[in-house]
Parts: sequence; C-alpha cells; structure tokens
Amino acid sequence: MTKLIKSGAYAQDVFAPVADDAALPEGAVIVSLARFQKDREALLARNTPIGVRLQSSENPESLGADVNHFSLIALEFPKFRDGRAFSWARILRTRLGFTGEIRAVGDFLYDQVNYQHRVGFDAWEVPDHFTIEMFNRALSEMTNVYQPSSDGKKTIRELRAGR
Amino acid sequence: MLTANRLRDGDVLYRKGSGWVPMLADGDIYSDQAGADAALAAANAELVRNEFVAPYLFEVREVSGKIVPVKEREIIRAAGPTVHPHTGKQAGQF
Amino acid sequence: MLNTLVKPAQPNMYRYDEFDAQFVGERVNQFAGQVARRLSGELTEDQFKPLRLMNGLYLQLHAYMLRIAVPYGTLSSKQMRKLAHIARTYDKNFGHFTTRTNLQFNWIKLVDVPKILRELADVEMHCIQTSGNCVRNITADQFAGATDEEIEDPRPLAEILRQWSSLHPEFVFLARKFKIAVGATEKDRAALQWHDMAVQIVRNSEGRVGYKVMAGGGMGRTPYIAHVMSEFVEREDILAYLEAVLRVYNQDSRRDNIHKQRIKILINAIGPEEMRRRVQREFEELKRMGTLQLPQEELDRITAYFAAPKFETGLSDTIPDAGADFANWVKTNVHKHKASGYAIATITLKTPGQVPGDATAEQMETIADLMDQFSLGEVRVTHEQNLVLPHVRKKDLPAIYAKLKELDFASPNAGLITDIIACPGLDYCDLANARSIPIAQKLAKRFENLDRQHQIGELKIKISGCINACGHHHAGHIGILGVDKKGVEFYQLVLGGSGAEDASVGTIMGPGFGEHEIADAVERVVNVYLAERKTGERFLDTYRRIGMEKFKAAAYQEAVAA
Repeated sequence: MTKLIKSGAYAQDVFAPVADDAALPEGAVIVSLARFQKDREALLARNTPIGVRLQSSENPESLGADVNHFSLIALEFPKFRDGRAFSWARILRTRLGFTGEIRAVGDFLYDQVNYQHRVGFDAWEVPDHFTIEMFNRALSEMTNVYQPSSDGKKTIRELRAGR
Repeated sequence: MLTANRLRDGDVLYRKGSGWVPMLADGDIYSDQAGADAALAAANAELVRNEFVAPYLFEVREVSGKIVPVKEREIIRAAGPTVHPHTGKQAGQF
Repeated sequence: MLNTLVKPAQPNMYRYDEFDAQFVGERVNQFAGQVARRLSGELTEDQFKPLRLMNGLYLQLHAYMLRIAVPYGTLSSKQMRKLAHIARTYDKNFGHFTTRTNLQFNWIKLVDVPKILRELADVEMHCIQTSGNCVRNITADQFAGATDEEIEDPRPLAEILRQWSSLHPEFVFLARKFKIAVGATEKDRAALQWHDMAVQIVRNSEGRVGYKVMAGGGMGRTPYIAHVMSEFVEREDILAYLEAVLRVYNQDSRRDNIHKQRIKILINAIGPEEMRRRVQREFEELKRMGTLQLPQEELDRITAYFAAPKFETGLSDTIPDAGADFANWVKTNVHKHKASGYAIATITLKTPGQVPGDATAEQMETIADLMDQFSLGEVRVTHEQNLVLPHVRKKDLPAIYAKLKELDFASPNAGLITDIIACPGLDYCDLANARSIPIAQKLAKRFENLDRQHQIGELKIKISGCINACGHHHAGHIGILGVDKKGVEFYQLVLGGSGAEDASVGTIMGPGFGEHEIADAVERVVNVYLAERKTGERFLDTYRRIGMEKFKAAAYQEAVAA
C-alpha cells in the first residue's frame, strides 16, 4: 500500500489511475503518455483535472504546449538507480514552466527525497511505513547547498556574500 | 563451497553448517550441486539477519591432500594479497 | 623525525569556511545514519550500495576499501599526517595513491567508517562522491601553481567545480560514473582527453582567457578519446555549460546495459555534432536563467586561496653538485619551476620491487616532514601514482634526495620504464581477473638497471587487472591487460596508447602471455624499439612510425616476414 505526501503532509490522492485500455471515469484521472497522445482531444476537453504518468525514458518535452493543462505530472522511478527523472523535474520547472504537482512514484529511497525536493518534486507516493517525520528528516539532513536548483534555496555562495 | 563477507567489517567467511568460519580449511564442502544450491538458498534466506552479504558458491578441488580453490581469485581471497604476505588470513589475521 | 623544530607549514590552498565544514559534518552524520539503517536491516544491501559508494566505500576481495578524495591532488602536511594516522589506526599501516589522485585504504571495517570520516573532516577531507554514479573527484595537473607553462593555475576552477558538483541534486543518480579533469597547459599531465569531461584553460585570439570543453573520453571496456564540445566558453558561462553537458548525459544516456552507459557511448552513438547541438540548446537556456553565472569576484575569491607563495629571492638558480646518484635523480625527477631558485621535485613511489603507489604510515609522516621543511607544507598526488613537492628550493634538493633515499622513495625513474602504473588487481579488487602488482614488480626489477632505463628513455607501462582499466592500460605506451583464461591469469599487450596531449588508444597485440612469459615478451618488444628507433624517437614515436608487426613478431617470437 502507498500513501501520498504533498507539501509536507499526508494528502488524499484525488487522481484515479486509468489503464491504457480502460474507459475514462468521471473526475480527476491520471493516464500514461501513450493514452494521452491517443485521447488528447477527449482528455483536454474535460473540465476535471488531468494527470500524466511519465516513464523514466519519456522526456516531458513530448507534452509540448499541453504541459500546463495538466494538474499533475507523475515521474516514475522504475529502479532507484535510474536518475533521469531528476532532469525531467528540472526541465518541467524551468524550460516548460510547469507549476502543477510533480509527483515521485515508483522505486525511490528515503535518501533521494531531498534531491527530488530540490529539483522540483512536491509530492511523493511513499510506502505505508514512510512517515511525515521521516520526510521532514530527509529534507533537513543537509542544511545548505552549493548549487542553485528549482527549490530556490540560497546557495552557500549567496550566504557567504550575505554575511 | 560457500563464501560471503561479514557486513560489519567485510571479513571473508566460509559456510560451516548453519554458521560461518574465517578459514577456508574449516568450511563445509558440498559434494554435489543439490547440496551446494541448498546451502546457497539457506544463506540467501538469512540475509535478512544483516550479518553477512553477497554469499556465493565456488569450486574447490583436492591437491596433495589439501582443499584448494579452482580459481585464482578464491585462492587469494582465502589467503590474502600475494603482494602483502604479512597481511590477511595467511598471516593469521582474522 | 626529520627535524622536530620545523613548524607545520600551511600551504596556499582552499580552506574550509564554516559552510564547508558544516556541509562535510552533516554529510558524515547522514552516512552514519545510513550505516545504522543498514546494520539494522532497514536498508537492504541493494539499497545501501549506491549510498556507501557515494561515500567512497567499496566491498572488495578481502574487506571494505575506502577511497578518500584528494581534490585536484593537493594535500597539506596536516592532511598527510592524518592519512598516516588513519592507516595506522584503522587499517594495516599503509595506503595506496590512485590513478585519480585519491588515496585508498584496503582493510576498512564498515563500523569504523563514520569515525574515520569525522577524523577526515577535522582536516578538511572527505570521501564524498569518490565512487558511485555521480561526478567524481576533479583532477588537475600536478605541477599547477608551480610551472611556468600554465596560462593560470587550474585549481581554482577545479575547486569551484568541486563545490558545484557536490551533492548536485540533478546528477547524483547518473547512468554511470563521471570523471572531470582541468588543465591549463599545452603539455597534458592530467590525461584530459581520457575523461568524461575536461576543461582546458585557453586564450582566444583576442587574448581573453576562457575554457575549451571536451567530453566523451573514457577507459573501460570500450576506450574513447574525448571530442571537443566547445573551443571557447567564456569564464562566466562555464558552470552553465558543464551543467548542460551533464543534463544531456543524464537524460539521454542508456540505462539498459551497464557496459553502455558512460557518456563516451552516448557521444559515439549520436555523434559529436549532435551532442554539441543538444548541449548548446541546454546551455543557452541555462545561461538565460542566469542562476549559474560565475561572477568574476567569485573566481577571484577562490583564486586568492591558491595565491603563489612568497618565494624567496636572491637564491642560487643552480642545482648543487651532490654526486652521481643525485644527478641521475635530478635528470628525471626534477622539473623547472616558475620562480628562480626553485624546482619541482617528483617522488616516484616506484622503487623497483615496491608496490606502485603505496606508502606506509611512517613513509607518509616522513613525507609530511619533507613537505613542511622543504615544500611550504604542500604535496601533490599524480595520476601516475607518484607524489610531487611543488615548491622546493634548488639548494635543498640534495637534502631532499638524501631523505628520500632513507625512505626508499629515491628511485630516479620518473617517466622511465620502471615508473609503472598498476591497479590493485586481483590481490585486492573484487572486479579483477588477474593480478597486476606482481607484474609491475617483475617488470620493474627486470629493467632496473639505470643505464638501460636511460637508454630506453620515456616509456610508460600501464597495467590493469581487468577490462575496467583502472590501470589505464589503453593509454600506456605499453599497456598490459590481465585476463582470465580458464581460471589462469594471462596478460595481453596493448601498444601505442598515450595519456598526454597526443592522446591515443592503444592497439591490442594478440593473445595473452602467461605470468612467467610476460616480462620476456615486454623485453622483446623493447628490444625491437631499440633496434628500430631513429634519433630522438621515444618508444611511442617508433611504434607510431613502424606499426605493430615487428613488435608482435618479436613478442611471439615468430620468424619476421622477409
């Protein structure tokens, strides 16, 4: 079983995952990229939120101009070693200007949560035993950072200049 | 035979019964594949104890009454580095 | 002790401020937490492995191996003494200097690592990202700051890159390791073209200093020389540009076959032109965003840490006469320094019969004394597993040589045939197929006659115990690759590689030689060179001129075709 952590607290997942060959139910749905490309018109015409789940090989640029129609983009970690989604999140927040929810799904470690948070993830689908306390601890292990990222956190260089 | 490393300190271990010993000469020899596979399966099931890691089987043979690994790598692993003969199991450090 | 009245000298190098110290301290705490979670079973070995690798900890043949970062090869005497202390306290009294200018300990216990990391943090050292699929230690020319050949000292940029790449959130789970080197001279002592990415400090036609960026070099199973990504990147743009290269690599590299996941494979697959196009696209956007702009003040601020020491003036610029042995050592191991009266002294850790690149705790401590007394507290580690005292007064060279003789590190062989690079090999490494150190020892003894070494001249032998090529055999004038043929160690010869500015990938000669044949085979190859060479040709030059055939025939002792 999994839980959703969003903005530092447990949240209800309102997005119903829809299999590629299943009918689209009412309400907020999340589909694969393939499904979106197949049923783009229908999905964009809905007046309920839509989400897309990208595999680690799927560059979010393939969403093109549609990217900001999505309320949710879930980026998959098929295996925690596959770190492509860190770049996808960065690209979403910068080049594509995506302001919706970027959710980490799949196989990732507690030890990756901080990096995910830095590059622009703001939601995590976590196993049941993963607590909010763990989440907050993951974000607090390293107080400062050397390089800029999507979290807008001041870098050590900026802190040095500000002393 | 079956070998692994102790998690805490990386020391090389050899399976004996349902435990481990530091010296190859004291370890169990499995005379057929079924026995060897069973030993490996048992060890893999015990990984959750977090006492050892990376168990695997390797071949040995008898040479002049002594049990010797077939592969050079296992000979070195059992004894210690050939270039530092004063270190490792060959020097009584285990 | 050399001289108990000598005060430890603090070299001009980067010094941690409170932010750096806190960063390293918190990283140690983080790893201590990960170790505890591993021991309790909260983390499986599969989950723990990338985490421990990113803190430099391998599980090897006999025990854990810990790889300590030596950023751009620079160490202070205080740091050297701490390494000696760690060798003595937590290991078996010795350490090994590597081909990435780091230091490895071979007998480490997992449970001791947090303590060791705390001790290292006390002297501004760490093991961050010395392994794992991330940006590794950034290396540079060992003569940096001392040679007059450089446009400027490459180490300030290397330090800036070290900070920028430390726990970079986008790039901690790359497809494979990523090695970066920085250079500032035409003569390449840091094997730039063999790196995943390299930055060479250059001057453009307007006389402005900037950076040439190369990418796609690499050793391993499939060796490649790097391609130029940009001939000239402006100073302020360098971080944006390098980030662009890394982003393209992270997003576009394969993830399905561990042997095909280095950037060299990507660039070879899509072609350097397409790679440049993709990089340029990311770069333009990153530059537009502005957050990675490197201000001149920051470059100046970091450069100030590496300011040239106050060299004495009025010193004699002649090297004293101190006997024939000393003169031989000067011939190979002493290089020109930019300041009059000074020299650069190489300590080859390659006395024939020794394990290449190893030093005991006592040797490290004596070297620390030498550093304080004679080299303004500083030493450099080279990618050829040697050490360099970068700032020595010429008049002190005889005293230095005398001390090195006591240490058994006075072999006058820098760059000669007995200055061999060898990986730890099957004696230590879990990945190896064959032992490499005994081969190095054998060859060094075979060729130890100094007259013969000088007769042969520059000849770089590099030995790897497996295809991962940590011994850089692809870049050896004579490279040796250890292979496993039905459980027996065999050694393939590779000729014509180079890790210098004339970078080239060596060519495999043919089937391997047995352990007892390899030294003879190498000797026959060397004899072909001596017979065929023209005046002024090194082994590498003769090989490039005449090709493999005669060398191969001699090595396998076939009749030479008429």
